[in-house]
Amino acid sequence: MAEKHFIRAINEALADAMSADERVIILGEDIAAAGGSFKATRGLLDRFGDKRVFDTPISEATIAGVAVGAALTGFKPVVEIMFMDFVTLTMDMMVNQAAKAHAMFGAQRSVPMVLRTPHGGGLSAGPQHSQCLEAWFAHTPGLKVVCPSNPIDAYGLLRAAIDDPDPVIFVENKALYAKRVEMPEEWPQIEIGRARVARRGKDVTVVAYGAAVDWAEKAAEELARDGVGVEIVDLRSLQPWDETSVMESLSRTHRLVIAHEAVEAFGVGAEIAARMADVGFDELDGPIIRVGAPFSPPPFAPSLEAVFRRDANDIVAAVRRTLR
Amino acid sequence: MVERPSTYRIRDAGRKEEGVTAERAKSRYSAMLRIRASEEALQKLFADGRIPGFVHLSIGQEAVAVGVSSCLRDADTVSSNHRGHGHTLAKGVELEPFFAEILGRETGLCRGRGGSMHVADFSKGMLGANGIVGAGLPITTGSALALKLLGKGDIAVVYFGDGALAQGLVHECINLSALWSLPVMFVCENNGWSEFSPTSRQMATSLRKLADAFGVEYRAVDGNRVSEVAATAETLVAGMRKAPAPAILECATTRVRGHFEGDRQDYRTASEIQSLPARDPLSLARAEMQVEGVPPDWFDEVAKQIAVEVNNAVAKALTAPPPIDADLAAGVYAGMGSK
Repeated sequence: MAEKHFIRAINEALADAMSADERVIILGEDIAAAGGSFKATRGLLDRFGDKRVFDTPISEATIAGVAVGAALTGFKPVVEIMFMDFVTLTMDMMVNQAAKAHAMFGAQRSVPMVLRTPHGGGLSAGPQHSQCLEAWFAHTPGLKVVCPSNPIDAYGLLRAAIDDPDPVIFVENKALYAKRVEMPEEWPQIEIGRARVARRGKDVTVVAYGAAVDWAEKAAEELARDGVGVEIVDLRSLQPWDETSVMESLSRTHRLVIAHEAVEAFGVGAEIAARMADVGFDELDGPIIRVGAPFSPPPFAPSLEAVFRRDANDIVAAVRRTLR
Repeated sequence: MVERPSTYRIRDAGRKEEGVTAERAKSRYSAMLRIRASEEALQKLFADGRIPGFVHLSIGQEAVAVGVSSCLRDADTVSSNHRGHGHTLAKGVELEPFFAEILGRETGLCRGRGGSMHVADFSKGMLGANGIVGAGLPITTGSALALKLLGKGDIAVVYFGDGALAQGLVHECINLSALWSLPVMFVCENNGWSEFSPTSRQMATSLRKLADAFGVEYRAVDGNRVSEVAATAETLVAGMRKAPAPAILECATTRVRGHFEGDRQDYRTASEIQSLPARDPLSLARAEMQVEGVPPDWFDEVAKQIAVEVNNAVAKALTAPPPIDADLAAGVYAGMGSK
């Protein structure tokens, strides 16, 4: 069986969505002729032409706004924002326009657009090219947010996001772009809002998404050597998030760790922890522990970034602490 | 540059036969009066405490919306700003659901979720008023991209004020629409005020210079003379339908009321306020039409009809129920997947 890179899965999902529905158009900086900063859109201009694949000026707010307007006029735009740090420039269009339109206009029209963007550090890319800002969007009623951890989910979630009637923020972790998997016969369909139990274990649940799922896998291997069974719930979708699956897992293991690359304070993990402390209170045999980045901008110096970034060791420590 | 309307044609010695131009003038006058009467009704409803939130009236600016809309068809899209009642009604939106929306009722165009600053009617190509200054520009530019791809000669129009010129989005959108030859008409209602401050203290350049810088076709008109707005818009729109390209129409106009209802306008001089009646777009249109032979009776009759129409719409809207409490979150998403 063939192997598939994460970035190729994105590329194939875009191509297949464009073949399936001629209303799908893609826009972004350097995505057409140059094939994208990370080559996610390579070959699409040649295949679909310049009436479907658009190189835009460096005008992020307008790129997002044009997608909103095109979506409100019957198209299904997919935009690429080169680094998630640049979403700050799109915020009015995403938060005040795309997110609100369906509710604010009394359900007359929805905004079926996707904003693809890479997050994550580890490249010494510095404070403005490394951030994980997905919690901002998950906090905004009207937006959906997904973040795949592997090529198969990347394909399935991107197809689901493009088919979705609502605006979807599709977050890709840069560290995963080179990740490969054995390809199944065909790409499975994945629904937004449904988590995946990535590993079964009886002692503790680790909820993670994106690159943190890999950290959890590594931590689980290490803990298994000590006889600790880790169950990993790969969230896949952050808004809506699969509260049922997390609750089911917690009711099997009675301990909960939540891990993400984003800053810990006021993050996705905080929401999950608060909900589980409420609806899952009777199931808990230990404290809910979050693993997330410290409250600092991502630093440049490799030595400092290593201090800033979380990894499998942090999850191992968190698991041991909740099992104490 | 500005085309003046031709005079009425006299076809019959015994009877004054009005030509197409007269019909258009009448239809535009009625449309302006419908907006004026509706906003005066809103003014009163607000003063009586019956409208929650903020209301921004476009009294004095009606000729822009009507002049531009008179050149548009249903499939053309428009989007607007916080002062958007005129743009909305001029696009053909019905009065009763319009009032119901501003009153926060379930029968409103947006089921009471938007209010005055967010009225939209997609069945009429009205993509929404907007509470964020300048935000309509990229949305309309995107709509123009969609319309160009559909290839039916439809165009997109965005109304914004001179206050929006200071927003970076304006520059981004003029640039992009010029680069991509998008059929978007940027209609600037220049009333001289950026909310509570004169625009002269906000902008170091002019829209004319911006248009020139980006190589976009630009026309300036007296935005209070509806015949002038319509004639110029017609020329621009005809060109855009034939060969998609952006155009900028700057309309000098007057904001008669404050930034919002309740604004005491301490910042305006008495002489400016005293100059406003002479610039009233309805009076200017009426004077023009009377010279062309439209009798006073016609104006009385249309005023009576519109008063009835507006009163009925307001009365019906006022009897409508508020939105259903349990539906609060029902419209947040169009689809909720498998959750």
